[in-house]
Amino acid sequence: MERNNIKTDTLKIDTSKYTVKKTNKVLKVLIFAGLIIWAFINLFPIYWMLTFSFKNNEEIYGGNVAGLPSELRWENYEDALWGKNIGTASKDDTGFQLPKLIRFFINSLIVTVATIAISLVAALMATFAMTRIKWRFSKTMNALFMLGITIPMHASLLPVYRTMSNLGILNTYTSLILPYSAFSLSMAILICTGFMDDIPKELDEAACIDGCNLGGIFFKVIVPLMKPALSTIGIYTFLQCWNELMFANQFMATGDKITLPVGIQQLSAGQSMTQWGPIGAALVIATFPTLLVYIFLSKRIQDSFIAGAVKG
Amino acid sequence: MIRSFPVTPFGGAGKTFSIDWEGIYMKRKSKSHSLAIFLFLLPALILFVGLLIAPIIMSLYYSFFDWNGLKALDPSEDFLGFGNYTILFGERIQFGKALINSLILAALSVFVQLPVSLALALALGKKIKGERVFLSIYFMPVLISTVVIGQLWLKIYNPEYGILNTFLRAIGVLEGDIRWLGEKNLALGAVFAPTLWQYVGYHMLLLYAGVKSVSPELREAAKLDGATDGQVNRFVVIPSIKPIIKVSVIFAVTGSLKSFDLIYVLTNGGPMKATEVPSIIMIRELFLKNKYGVGSAIAVLLILLCFFFAILIGAIFKERDIYGKK
Repeated sequence: MERNNIKTDTLKIDTSKYTVKKTNKVLKVLIFAGLIIWAFINLFPIYWMLTFSFKNNEEIYGGNVAGLPSELRWENYEDALWGKNIGTASKDDTGFQLPKLIRFFINSLIVTVATIAISLVAALMATFAMTRIKWRFSKTMNALFMLGITIPMHASLLPVYRTMSNLGILNTYTSLILPYSAFSLSMAILICTGFMDDIPKELDEAACIDGCNLGGIFFKVIVPLMKPALSTIGIYTFLQCWNELMFANQFMATGDKITLPVGIQQLSAGQSMTQWGPIGAALVIATFPTLLVYIFLSKRIQDSFIAGAVKG
Repeated sequence: MIRSFPVTPFGGAGKTFSIDWEGIYMKRKSKSHSLAIFLFLLPALILFVGLLIAPIIMSLYYSFFDWNGLKALDPSEDFLGFGNYTILFGERIQFGKALINSLILAALSVFVQLPVSLALALALGKKIKGERVFLSIYFMPVLISTVVIGQLWLKIYNPEYGILNTFLRAIGVLEGDIRWLGEKNLALGAVFAPTLWQYVGYHMLLLYAGVKSVSPELREAAKLDGATDGQVNRFVVIPSIKPIIKVSVIFAVTGSLKSFDLIYVLTNGGPMKATEVPSIIMIRELFLKNKYGVGSAIAVLLILLCFFFAILIGAIFKERDIYGKK
């Protein structure tokens, strides 16, 4: 045994030496330069947004378009949150004041989290029924759900809008959560299937012998083992609904429940030409919570995303 | 008591059967089994049928009528047949142009966006310095709200004070202003650039996942046989990540057909319909002009197009696979 290990070790060292010799150094530098240029193209708009959120119009119009701000004008942020121009704070029933922007953010959060929860539960249950229980049409059913990945959400806009309107639930969180869940479902099932296939069927059998019924197998065996799938499904669903504009724009165009994309669009559409600083501040406020979470969890988020790509 | 056994073949309704598993014989009523299957599927089915299948059928139905939604639909009076579809391609709406625009976007994403993503994924896939940092930066635009990105690019494109024109003036290429979003010939490109830019990170990460899943032994073996890096990528890595490339291509094409957010924020189809895409027209017909029939016809065409391209792309990749095996 030991001898074998040593052998493979030396073999590995050999191959790596071989690789180093073969790699063209100039090419390597070129690739690295390319990567850095692309990183710059990705970061520059974000940097620019951050800098002009601290500038006043004179500075922006006066030639200092790309440079660092001469001073940090926090009044832009104050204006974005509390000012009359942009972020008139909305009063709710209790008289508690919350800046509109924060309100939009919370709305988006509520809608997204609820969507993730609903599509996750529905997908887990459906995947269990389709892959762990054998019945005649399980494959057909799965294929049907997979159609949902290609079907554009637009297709159901009008009928869903009319139904919601008839039920009187437009301008509520539910009116967005339901269609978002339905359209996140297919992807969630696809990912769930990948993860569930990794759980050995022998576990089901063992649980069965121990006297579990289907429900028992689902809750005591499958659900605890599906925890890794949770974050993956969460990421994909988040990407699908956090930015969604078309449904949000029609279903929740007014009121204090509008989501972040709609809110940002409404706030900035009116005065995009006049006040850059507060707009920039509003964009930063809308973006940075997500980016901060991402920076701290980037490895986990990427790994979850990657797991979805490999399993899906 | 053992009531069910999930790994056994399951007949039809009303069929009783027995299971032989390590000598244990069980008799089970399959009725309770069917009920369990039904219950587990129920939430997904309600969502899927209620909010996806049924609405699509309704869209298809609406698309055959001249209807503004204000009064109840009268099937005998308002029936138009394929009339809405001919209206679409008429002088007023010029749907064909919008369709061509979205096909241009699809072609650009397949032949520009995806190659860039693939190149990045391949470069990052072989243990380069700062791999994780690059990865994190490239994925960032995907996480930023499309509306924020749209507002940001509005500022970038601003004729007088935007960073793009300022830069061009600084290096002496430009005098005066270019109205990137206002000129008929420039607007389409100006709108597509951020669309393509934003999702490079998405495809890059998908493809990177594939590149990383190629077994290192395979690469080593190819290298021992004298393959250069380029050859390893060309003959080992790319063929083995074909399934993921296929998914990426399907997402890129169907995503382009559906594209809405950025165009809505940047130009809303203007100037002079230069940047119109199907979904922009659909929203306008549905909610500004109350032409429910015409809007539904666009919805139906979008579904058909998405299916058509998904199947076409699937077929292309299948053919290549067989060819590769020869």
